[in-house]
Amino acid sequence: MSTVPLRPMIAQRPETVLRDEARTTGMVWLRELIRFERTRTRILSGLIQPVLFLIVMGYGMAGLVGSIEGFDFKKFMFPGIMAMSVVTTAIFSGMSIVWDREFGFLREMLVAPTSRASLALGKTAGGATVAAAQGTIMLILAPAIGVHLTGALVVEIVGLELLMAIALTAFGVFVATHIERMEGFQVVMQMLLFPMIFLSGALFPLNGLPDWLTVITRLNPLTYAVAPLRQVVFAAQHMTPRAQARFPSTVEVFGHTLSIGAEIAITAGFAAIFIALAIRGFSRTE
Amino acid sequence: MCAIYAEDEQTTRPTDRRRPVVEVHDLVRRFGEFAAVDGISFDVIEGEVFAFLGPNGAGKSTTINVLCTLAHPTAGRVLVAGFDVTAHPKAVRRNIGLVFQDQTLDDRLTAQENLRFHAVLYRVPSDQVQARIARVLELVDLSDRRYDLVSEFSGGMARRLEIARALMHVPRVLFLAEPPIGLDPQTRVLMWEDVLRLREEAGVTVFLTTHYMDEAEYADRIAIIDHGRIVALDTPEALKAAIGADTVELSTTDDTLATAALERVGYRVEAVPEGTRVYVEKGENAVPALIAAAGVPVRSVHVHRPTLDDVFLHHTGRQIRESHAEAMIPARVRAWHSRRR
Ligand SMILES: Nc1ncnc2c1ncn2[C@@H]1O[C@H](COP(=O)(O)OP(=O)(O)OP(=O)(O)O)[C@@H](O)[C@H]1O
Ligand SMILES: [Mg+2]
Repeated sequence: MSTVPLRPMIAQRPETVLRDEARTTGMVWLRELIRFERTRTRILSGLIQPVLFLIVMGYGMAGLVGSIEGFDFKKFMFPGIMAMSVVTTAIFSGMSIVWDREFGFLREMLVAPTSRASLALGKTAGGATVAAAQGTIMLILAPAIGVHLTGALVVEIVGLELLMAIALTAFGVFVATHIERMEGFQVVMQMLLFPMIFLSGALFPLNGLPDWLTVITRLNPLTYAVAPLRQVVFAAQHMTPRAQARFPSTVEVFGHTLSIGAEIAITAGFAAIFIALAIRGFSRTE
Repeated sequence: MCAIYAEDEQTTRPTDRRRPVVEVHDLVRRFGEFAAVDGISFDVIEGEVFAFLGPNGAGKSTTINVLCTLAHPTAGRVLVAGFDVTAHPKAVRRNIGLVFQDQTLDDRLTAQENLRFHAVLYRVPSDQVQARIARVLELVDLSDRRYDLVSEFSGGMARRLEIARALMHVPRVLFLAEPPIGLDPQTRVLMWEDVLRLREEAGVTVFLTTHYMDEAEYADRIAIIDHGRIVALDTPEALKAAIGADTVELSTTDDTLATAALERVGYRVEAVPEGTRVYVEKGENAVPALIAAAGVPVRSVHVHRPTLDDVFLHHTGRQIRESHAEAMIPARVRAWHSRRR
């Protein structure tokens, strides 16, 4: 038997602690990517649902709403569908902790001599990367729908998707740390995810809703994440003023139209809150 | 010998075999009013295989959880690798390897990826990771499966990979929580070969809990635990020797005569339906003398040595629930084990 001289663990020096925690976060992130890359079926099924929505709702509503000077409902929906894809994947990734628990791997992470925050951050970063990737894959549909893409637009889209994905993955991690069993997962998906998507403006304009619904949409974090995505896409589409009026992309709060910067700031705020909650949830998990 | 520990800087050892690596003083763990562990004390010596043997509900898992910092002691003091489990849980975790009852591998990852993940979380220096992966896989005989997905592993291979993973960060103590029930005999053999080899080649101290007599048999020392208390602690041989002598049962052509003859020469004897029972120090060695002393032709001889079951019965008044596991005693390991001694 060969003898490899190996050094045992030496007590940690403070200056190396941060680097080690960062390595941990990176490793957890990498695991999410490896798993994503190995589950092609998941990537595919992640595409099917949004495409179905696009076809069913996009074409269905297109007849109803009609086309305004070359701009139709499918184009309106497209950024929303991308957002939907990102959000679904993000929450799914965050909540995969429920699977990790079921299959035991969570225990391997939790008993390690590492900070729980590093684990929560790694899980969030990994899930968010995967979700943004999944959303970006949707861009292959753009030509078919007639959405015009530029290099700058793609960069903006990826950036906004990442921000949205971070917020929602952290949210998923937070929810998952409060769920003991698989059944809870289904319930959360039904009760939380779909209402959040429907009331975010992703699939239809938020104007003209009854007051009480309007209030709910303004409380929905997703609303502020979807709007900027739509705005950057629309800005590259040469819309006429009439089309812009028919297909609004902005959010009004208390009669004020939010700037894209304000929307991004609000989303970043939600992301920060959800990350804090995710870390706390992870720290308390046994 | 002690390959993994060859360059121990932290403790400036050449391994001191008498040095305790786990020290437990008056450990109590209560759930409400109920004391699952009720004031136990023991040391585990560097390099030994130490077994915690007891029936269901004895407090084995509760104890191991406290030792691994997964549960807090209600009272008492527990040091693992020199660190207090309550005050320095992270330091303890860096110095122990854990193999749980249930699998905790990611089966979508390869063996190498699982090990690498562990290495990073346990702060193995980057430049040593590759060498350690190769080394631990070699120890559990899985070198050729390094790049295979864990989902393609058999139950036994996965188990061995978990042991390998637990060794990645060169723990001072390897904790094996109840080697699982569902493993086939051959896998159990391999597992025990691994465990014993680890001790030989890597100098790893092994702490395991079990309710199988046959498994405890391999340990250097056994603590028998019942109702949260240690009722006996010693080597398997000493435990058995302590509860009494071997017995030899002779069946002869005339048992009454034989019994009387043996009693006259000074043996402690007892008439039993099968013939004559004689209590002696070393059963096998006494047989020729007994046959000579019986004075009548002997039909058959049966030597009975006390088992751990007898030991348990002696100390608790109850029989530990024996399972079919006894039938699975891996003879190959046993031979290997006795060669080692
Ligand atoms: N979380 C808990 N809450 C209350 N009682 C508990 C808890 N965990 C264990 N116990 C009790 O403590 C006692 C010891 O349990 P423990 O799991 O340590 O036994 P064990 O020796 O591991 O048994 P087994 O061989 O069945 O695994 C049992 O009576 C059990 O019911
Ligand atoms: Mg147990």
